Amino acid sequence: MRRVAIVGAAMTKFGEEWERGFRDLIAEAGVKAIEDANMSGNELDAIYGGTMAAGRLIGQEHITALIADYMGLNPIPATRVEAACASGGVALRSGYLAVASGHHDNVVVGGVEKMTDVPVGEAAIALGGAGDQEWELFMGATFPALYAMMARRHMHEFGTTEEQMAMVAVKNHANAAKNPYAHFQKEITLRDVMKSKKVASPLKLYDCSPITDGAAAIVLTPLEKARKYTDTPVEIVASSQASDTLALHHRKSLTTLNSSVVASRNAFNMARMKPTDIDVCEVHDCFTIAEIIAYEDLGFVKKGKGGKAIEDGETALDGRIPVNTSGGLKGCGHPVGATGVKQAVEITWQLRGGAKKRQVKGAEIGMTHNVGGSGATCVVHIMKRVN
Amino acid sequence: MSCLIGSRNCDYMVGIVGYGVHIPRYRIKVEEIARIWGDDGGGIKDSLGVIEKSVPGMDEDAATFAVEASRNAVHYSGVDPKRIHAIFIGSESHPYAVKPTATIVAEAIGATPHLTAVDMQFACKAGTTAIQCCMGMCSSEMIEYGLGIGTDVSQGRPGDALEYSAGAGAAAFIIGRKNVIAEIEGTCSYTTDTPDFWRRPGMDFPSHGGRFTGEPAYFKHTVNASKELMEKLGLKPSDFDYAVFHQPNGKFPLQVAKILQIDVGKVKQGLMTPLIGNTYSAASLIGLASVLDVAKPGSRILLTSFGSGAGSDSFSIVVTDKILEKKGYNRTVIQFVGDKEYLDYGLYVKQRRKLKTL
Amino acid sequence: MSSMTVGLPLTWRRIPERYNLIGSECEICHTKYFPVRRICPQCRRKGKMKEVKLSGKGKVYSYTRIYAPPSGFELDAPYMIAIIELEEGPRLTAQVEDCNARDVKIGTPVEMIFRKIQEDGKEGLIHYGFKFKTVSGKSNILQE
Repeated sequence: MRRVAIVGAAMTKFGEEWERGFRDLIAEAGVKAIEDANMSGNELDAIYGGTMAAGRLIGQEHITALIADYMGLNPIPATRVEAACASGGVALRSGYLAVASGHHDNVVVGGVEKMTDVPVGEAAIALGGAGDQEWELFMGATFPALYAMMARRHMHEFGTTEEQMAMVAVKNHANAAKNPYAHFQKEITLRDVMKSKKVASPLKLYDCSPITDGAAAIVLTPLEKARKYTDTPVEIVASSQASDTLALHHRKSLTTLNSSVVASRNAFNMARMKPTDIDVCEVHDCFTIAEIIAYEDLGFVKKGKGGKAIEDGETALDGRIPVNTSGGLKGCGHPVGATGVKQAVEITWQLRGGAKKRQVKGAEIGMTHNVGGSGATCVVHIMKRVN
Repeated sequence: MSCLIGSRNCDYMVGIVGYGVHIPRYRIKVEEIARIWGDDGGGIKDSLGVIEKSVPGMDEDAATFAVEASRNAVHYSGVDPKRIHAIFIGSESHPYAVKPTATIVAEAIGATPHLTAVDMQFACKAGTTAIQCCMGMCSSEMIEYGLGIGTDVSQGRPGDALEYSAGAGAAAFIIGRKNVIAEIEGTCSYTTDTPDFWRRPGMDFPSHGGRFTGEPAYFKHTVNASKELMEKLGLKPSDFDYAVFHQPNGKFPLQVAKILQIDVGKVKQGLMTPLIGNTYSAASLIGLASVLDVAKPGSRILLTSFGSGAGSDSFSIVVTDKILEKKGYNRTVIQFVGDKEYLDYGLYVKQRRKLKTL
Repeated sequence: MSSMTVGLPLTWRRIPERYNLIGSECEICHTKYFPVRRICPQCRRKGKMKEVKLSGKGKVYSYTRIYAPPSGFELDAPYMIAIIELEEGPRLTAQVEDCNARDVKIGTPVEMIFRKIQEDGKEGLIHYGFKFKTVSGKSNILQE
């Protein structure tokens, strides 16, 4: 297996992008990433594209064919990857494997979702497909309801409070306010979160990531060739993925995502690292409780101590382990298929020293954690600055 | 006039093997409805003899009621549902105009596929007619057990007199020849074409003839069916320990008892309308269930239903010793009646989907 | 009005499971599952699955009150969704109805009831199936 480097990274502004459709978003992100890599389009060998629900949201399947076409990249192979909210992360992994195996050299990985072309109710139904359609959604459970039930158990088993969950939202909005690409550009207070409209108890509106449009792209190349394209290559030192039951009710525990535990443990083994080696991390905070559970599953804190970690500021920008400097899904937004790739873009910028107002000083090793559904898929990457 | 003679002239007993009811937990008081329409709530309570009525939940309908009542009846009886070979279900609020409720019940109690089933309608008396059909098939040995159900979630037009009394509920009876807890001595019916109350297809609410629904309809048919039954079985009013009549309000059954010279005290146990409203196809059957909840072996019960359009089915039922083995096997009618939560008129209108936009 | 019309054969196939809680039991490891599975996750090809009817009795494992309903459930909101752990072991997701919301806590005993789950608009099919209610001395079945 060859070593793989990220040589280009870019994203569009995330938000309600009325003026730009699916094709516009992915073309923008793709072109910017290739430019960032100082690569010519002719040098690209393959495209991997992650998008969750293009069929329901824009009535379009075969989307990577669309992407290749719109970016003028025919006839290179273009492959769609779908794993619900982990579509982007799994697309990144697919691109990584293609390069690591030696089958391709230069690969562009894109993640995109256009969610606002349909009414909110339709988008909610599309998102519900990340869970068990017949036995969760059909019964009236929504996606927030699933994470709400996880939150309820976490409160019951470990005493986690609604205020601690709210602090995750406050932190991520604060980070997003420093990120010009983020969906939300304003800070919020704990009171704002606690007083926001109830969605599925105990989760309120501000505990939930928004419906967002956006795209992000990464260019990969073998490490041995990376210096040809950039002075600041970032190596992917670990790529790992795991699965779990589709329905939340079939899991052994509601307070941990076993797919996160397995994927992260394998990633640390592959990189020969420990959680304490990580300088900055993007985790999958589709709901505030998800970030708290992630702290525990990834090994940053012991089981049950996630609420205390956020309360003590351990994961703030200036904390022991800054989490979601981009603003996370909560603050930066969650265009479903794009998120996993955006996480890699943010970590790349951090490791290159280019994250400006939200830069973690001296960040050398970063991690991304991308989850599909209520935990049926988890994909973890560890990146290291190449000196 | 037709006459269906029951088990007295047959070689073996046909009777009730098990029964179950379902009454939803929501209620609205007559006074609350009166408040909205500017009526005298206390006066209406007194004149109708109705205090409050039952209201179905948003996710309930005649089919869900029928399933719950039938499951209760199956549990009470101990009968293997695969031995129920006929299901007759009477309602004037079947969830589909075309597609039987009976098959939903059949599937939900595990009786499918070797059975016959059909939906019936005869205003408020289709439930008792369902029982007559079961009796016929059981006594002819075509089936071992039959299930007869009356179920309704009928609507009253907002502001109309019937809105005060139109309730919701279901009762299910398993009829058979073995392990009978109450023998049906005989049944007969009195039926004419009398247009006292009707609903055309596609209309949300029924229409009715006001005072015409009384003497030429309810009283004529109830009294005639009851008298014919007593005559054919050689019974006197004093032979009965209980009398259950169709109960569109809390007053009519008492008046019918007086006309038939039955002591009004015998009507009390089977008179549920004051507390749950008129449950239409389930009304007289829920009354019968309430009597069976307390009746001792040897008690004789007169049951006469009434359905607008119009007709009455009358039964003489005698409780057997077997009923003692079954005590505690079911939630009683009184327990269902006592499990309640009140709605105000706004919630009631939303829950009954009376708003045009719903 | 549901904007996602459920496929007819899809919903019909699930009737035994939705009406009567028919699940599966592996004859090799004796684990029970709901809904029906063709392959035992423990034994895989060595497993042998048969149908089994579950009792409908269980307790609340977790719950939430939904205030923002999906399409088709607007009239029901707010309503309670719970993960119920059945006494035989399997868990499922269902609405908890017909009782006071404040009585629903982790560990509350519940029993199955038969209700409408959703419908395909005013002209379409009605989908019936299981929901649960709390058992608090007001059980449907007092004595076996």
